[in-house]
Amino acid sequence: MEKFQTFTGVVAPLDRANVDTDAIIPKQFLKSIKRTGFGQNLFDEWRYLDHGEPGMDVSQRQLNPEFVLNLPRYKSARILLARDNFGCGSSREHAPWALQDYGFKVIVAPSFADIFFNNCFKIGLLPIVLEGKFLDQLFREVNQTEGYALTVNLQDQMLIKPTGEHISFTVDTFRKHCLLNGLDDIGLTLQHAEKIKAYEKKRRVQQPWLFV
Amino acid sequence: MYTLYDKLWNQHLVHTESNDADSMALLYIDRHLVHEVTSPQAFESLKLAGRKPWRVNSILAVADHNVPTTGRNQGINDPVSRLQVDTLDENCEELGITEFKMHDVRQGIVHVIGPEQGATLPGMTVVCGDSHTSTHGAFGCLAFGIGTSEVEHVLATQCLLAKKSKTMRILVEGELGLGVTAKDIALAVIGRIGTAGGTGYAIEFAGSAIQSLSMEGRMTLCNMAIEAGARAGMVAVDDTTIEYIQGRPFAPQGNLWEQAVAYWRTLHSDADAVFDKSIILNAAEIRPQVTWGTSPEMVTTIDGCVPDPANVADQVKRHDMEQALKYMGLQPNTPIQAITLDKIFIGSCTNSRIEDLRAAAAVIRDRHIAPTIKLALVVPGSGLVKQQAEKEGLDKIFVAAGFEWREPGCSMCLAMNDDRLSRGERCASTSNRNFEGRQGPGGRTHLVSPAMAAAAAVEGHFVDVSKFGTS
Repeated sequence: MEKFQTFTGVVAPLDRANVDTDAIIPKQFLKSIKRTGFGQNLFDEWRYLDHGEPGMDVSQRQLNPEFVLNLPRYKSARILLARDNFGCGSSREHAPWALQDYGFKVIVAPSFADIFFNNCFKIGLLPIVLEGKFLDQLFREVNQTEGYALTVNLQDQMLIKPTGEHISFTVDTFRKHCLLNGLDDIGLTLQHAEKIKAYEKKRRVQQPWLFV
Repeated sequence: MYTLYDKLWNQHLVHTESNDADSMALLYIDRHLVHEVTSPQAFESLKLAGRKPWRVNSILAVADHNVPTTGRNQGINDPVSRLQVDTLDENCEELGITEFKMHDVRQGIVHVIGPEQGATLPGMTVVCGDSHTSTHGAFGCLAFGIGTSEVEHVLATQCLLAKKSKTMRILVEGELGLGVTAKDIALAVIGRIGTAGGTGYAIEFAGSAIQSLSMEGRMTLCNMAIEAGARAGMVAVDDTTIEYIQGRPFAPQGNLWEQAVAYWRTLHSDADAVFDKSIILNAAEIRPQVTWGTSPEMVTTIDGCVPDPANVADQVKRHDMEQALKYMGLQPNTPIQAITLDKIFIGSCTNSRIEDLRAAAAVIRDRHIAPTIKLALVVPGSGLVKQQAEKEGLDKIFVAAGFEWREPGCSMCLAMNDDRLSRGERCASTSNRNFEGRQGPGGRTHLVSPAMAAAAAVEGHFVDVSKFGTS
């Protein structure tokens, strides 16, 4: 996993609640056995006017001019502003893969679905929970100002507006540590291998039916 | 003083950084269920890192999402789907993982076959790269869906990094009315607390109405916990649980059975346990439910009407409702019973077990689907469910009524195989998600119970199943 570094990126507003993982990456693209290449089909049914299937040349497809990510001002967006319960639905990690592959590094919303939230951290995509009033204000500012960009400083847990105003956010200490250092969870867990073995040994005695 | 969730959590704790409730813990995983869609990338990374599965016999694999429900002898037509299924077969063969392949009679939807085989047992932690893993909580276990990185983590370490959830108890007391099922309880709960109402919580379903449910009903209910935002749903162990498990292929036998049952009997919340949140529903007040929108919380009763966004003050909510009605092609204030249907789908990990098929068959026996219904599908949850249904003659009832009787799999719940809705088609579906495009691009899904789907098939529009005189 790449280390998460402070960056400044254009913000795109996706103004709807309960954006589900079927909308983020429709099921026909889940047939891939790879982790990459999902970005071109991010929000496929909203982004294109025709029906997408795996293997299609997206440069030949008709874009939906009304969909927010297709507006020229948001072309280079790296931060997605969203509403409540973002990422609800299935556990598909293809959803964060698609967002990351498209170029997003941060998603800001008032709430996220649990599994999606968890999956983001595993791949180095940062989901930030922000209170509704800050979010409403951000939506307004993004809509008003073309090229609106935020600086994301994970170390200090700050979003910095173009005016210099700071909004602080909370993040779990362990997850922050992993993101900042680009750490692999599995390697960290395997440092406890002896503990896992000891637990297993005890369990074999207490609940032997689980090991038949 | 412990909730069922606390007991399950404490029992599986391998390591914590601190006693702080908010800190990450290492939880031991007893059962890892694997399917073809969310596992290939995990197996690939595992191998690239030079690692092997920690405990191979904790894993049970099956292909369910991509498999065709007709013409299986010809294999899988779509080369992309076929590659994904072949990749699972290859990974399982290489690593020595037990897998039920497509032509095995035990093949089926992962959340149907786990319990059916006795591979899901009380007191276990059960994970799968699939959000509907919450289903298995019906057995008094801690079961939840995980992402692909976590699938790899469990393969490599037999553990998962997790944070303790808050606890919610949903008490449903009293008796359900005629034609009202576990599916209606689930949708009524989601209608009440919303699709994010359970976010951050593990839900325990309790009360006399829950105790009266069969294991199939409890699985339906826990299956939908994720649609209320809760990663895990669960029900305490009782005689119904234990009777269901006894004699199943993976269940313990002899002395081990006695030992296991003694432990399983402790798997309930203590009388003085405190929950972070409690919800109470009166079973008698729950009516058959029908969703009208593009989120499971957009639900009303069979006696209701499509709501009018004009009556909603919250701007974001009103906008979402307007969008949903536009997508669904519905006008505000339309009576639910006036909504006509094109297709009927009875199946999915929510409602494809034998009891579901019996309930639907009871409604359509000696009747026929309406001439306006273009396609009515029954997709049993597993080869063994199919076999049992055929033994009871249910297949003949369905076929005589105009339904198609298919091979097991996820099918039109998410339309990864060829079973899907065309643009604008409207479906009464026993599945779990009515999201835009879920059953096919532009398809319109209404979530209902199997009996309600069967009744709608007969009438061509939604109708109160209690009028059919069966429960």
